Amino acid sequence: MLGRTANSLFWMFRYLERAENMARLLDAGLRIALTRDLEAAEAEWRSVITTAGHREAYDAIHDGYTGIQVWNFILRDKENPSSVREMFGIVRSNARAARNAISGEVWEAVNEGWMQIDAKLARPVSASQISEVVRKIRRIGTLVHGAVTNTMLRNEGFHFARAGTFIERGDSTARILDMKYYLLLPSLNYVGSSLDSGQWEQVLRSVSGERAFLWLNAGQMDASKIIEFLVLDESFPRSLAFCHGALRDHLAALARLHGSEGASNALIRDSGGLLADLKAEAIFEEGLHQFLTNFMARNASIGAAITDDYRFLS
Amino acid sequence: MGVKDSHFDEMFDAAGDVRPAYREYYSWLDQQDPKWLARKDAEADDSFRSTGITFNVYGEDEAEERLIPFDMVPRIISASEWRRLTKGIEQRVSALNSFLYDLYHRQEIVRAGRLPERLLRDNDAWLPNMVGFTPPGGIYTHIVGIDLVRTGPNDFFVLEDNARTPSGVSYMLENRETMMTMFPELFQSVGVESVSNYPRKLARSLAACAPAAFDSAGGSKPTVAVLTPGIYNSAYFEHAFLADQMGAELVEGSDLRVVDGRVQMRTTRGYRPIDVLYRRVDDEFLDPLTFNPDSVLGVPGIMDVYRSGGITIANAPGTGVSDDKAIYSFMPEIVEFYTGEKPLLPNVETWRCADPDSLAYVLDNLEELVVKEVHGSGGYGMLIGPTATKKDIKAFRQKLQAKPENYIAQPTLSLSTSPIFTKKGLAPRHLDLRPFVLVSPDGVDITPGGLTRVALKKGSLVVNSSQGGGTKDTWVLKE
Repeated sequence: MLGRTANSLFWMFRYLERAENMARLLDAGLRIALTRDLEAAEAEWRSVITTAGHREAYDAIHDGYTGIQVWNFILRDKENPSSVREMFGIVRSNARAARNAISGEVWEAVNEGWMQIDAKLARPVSASQISEVVRKIRRIGTLVHGAVTNTMLRNEGFHFARAGTFIERGDSTARILDMKYYLLLPSLNYVGSSLDSGQWEQVLRSVSGERAFLWLNAGQMDASKIIEFLVLDESFPRSLAFCHGALRDHLAALARLHGSEGASNALIRDSGGLLADLKAEAIFEEGLHQFLTNFMARNASIGAAITDDYRFLS
Repeated sequence: MGVKDSHFDEMFDAAGDVRPAYREYYSWLDQQDPKWLARKDAEADDSFRSTGITFNVYGEDEAEERLIPFDMVPRIISASEWRRLTKGIEQRVSALNSFLYDLYHRQEIVRAGRLPERLLRDNDAWLPNMVGFTPPGGIYTHIVGIDLVRTGPNDFFVLEDNARTPSGVSYMLENRETMMTMFPELFQSVGVESVSNYPRKLARSLAACAPAAFDSAGGSKPTVAVLTPGIYNSAYFEHAFLADQMGAELVEGSDLRVVDGRVQMRTTRGYRPIDVLYRRVDDEFLDPLTFNPDSVLGVPGIMDVYRSGGITIANAPGTGVSDDKAIYSFMPEIVEFYTGEKPLLPNVETWRCADPDSLAYVLDNLEELVVKEVHGSGGYGMLIGPTATKKDIKAFRQKLQAKPENYIAQPTLSLSTSPIFTKKGLAPRHLDLRPFVLVSPDGVDITPGGLTRVALKKGSLVVNSSQGGGTKDTWVLKE
């Protein structure tokens, strides 16, 4: 496969994941905002825009934080060069560039998804439409991944696509956690105490994990359980351990197909080693913020190593 | 239901009766509910959009990707008509290939006084670098599209030869796919020749022209790649489609470089040599070291590799020489010179404006004629006398007088029509036909069908997609 094609596949799936994560973030914000008073809602929306990484760009053109401003900024504003609408455009142009490395069904899922989203986001999204838009974005991601699973050859293209998905997802989960890490701090003194459940619900909702978490923990919320779930639980598909476990497998498959290992294989092994046998307590000792910062740096260096190992750019 | 018109209609004869080739189709059509057909028509558009069969249009802010309108009434050619056409096409394409070989070798046709030397000198597509070089397999035009028009029951004419880089074959294939999805029962009742193995035949004929450097040891097959200018090119869909269907890599100039005397592509495993390059990039941009130095679409040094037998380029550089409309006017002589036979498919009568008598005639009859630029294509830069305004004609007259050798003129042909589906029922529109021809050392292969381009505006004679034309599925009936 061409290095350029591998690069297109990798970024196509990174951006698809990123767009989907934005939809999850908005979904969580909506839910919380609906159950709080106006002031608390404003704080929620501020937190959504911060977690999305758009605080500076948003503050440059808006004074306050209302739901309708925040979701329109994240989804479609022209002033936001990384709006969801733009992301879908990037997903689609990468899919076009890698057209002969994806199946027809994957291409159609992407192309139809892009047409729907682009039309929906051509005009401002009102309060009555936002839930539907968010659901649609998530559904397109699901359709594309389903088409990948059902129709794509398990060759290098498949593994590059998956590597892109899990690098992006790991980064996103770590970023969401990092934005809220301070919420966990007081609980260090009160191990086992009940947290601000509304705030935590938002974090869990942002990674579509609220049901799974409550089911696993019989409805109990506590700091170390949440860390275990989002960082270490290998059965939860958006946890850091799951993302890097999957990444390790796909990078190993790529090394097998190419007949030799690269720097990316060594890096992901190290990361797996760091996550294995880790306990929530140890993470608190290191400092959650420090731990997440290190994780994101490792994650980024694996992405860079893949780019070099497989000649994406030169 | 008859369509009365002074033009030859493909479906109905002068009495309004359905012609034999269309009878089975028409009896099916006649039984369908018009409302259901209208729904199907809308479905076809959606299906093209989902599949992303679009072409890019420049110079407009919105809608940079557009659909080529598809008409769901097929154009049908009988088995005997097709047999006659293929004989003529085969003869013409063989002559074209011999002609190109001769032009870049001894130029016998010029020595024999049958073609003025000036036509080569003035031809932008003429490549001195190709002189004395024989492409692998001796093939210049691996892929050819011959544009045909019809004016009567037995009157087919060649309007243009596209030996450089004919496009549109993906529409031939996708139009058929769409028709088969929409009307599966139709293909059970009417015997239609299949077009679907075109990509396999293309792959085979390209692989048959491997360069000297190709090493077949261990039974390996030549590596074929399609070179595209990239996703913003108007025909990108077709480039990706053909690469996909052939199982070939779709490469851009930035993926390629010359390594160890071969053109190699950057894969995730490092650089790997390409044996045959089906390029959809014009000669001018192919090699910045040889041609346009600003080109980023090509590969620096590829011409040296080509000349030393390191790669096959299809179609061969310099092939565009024969697409020139001044050369076209000599095609009857060219066919006779190389095949020793009279051309089976006639040219459209053509006046070369470089010739003073012809120019005088053309200037006197501008209102009646179609005037084309010698090097033009795509329906740009032409004058259609009968539909032009007085002002257009006046402006064109000046251009023509300033540079007569830049133009040829042809009578305004009474192009055949065929019905298209409209909201008000069937309505006749003018059309042409581009069959696709593959040439390999094993011979000439013509896919039974082709691309039928149809003007969608009533009375219009311009069928080019860049000028608002549409396409139809083209059926060749089984014997």
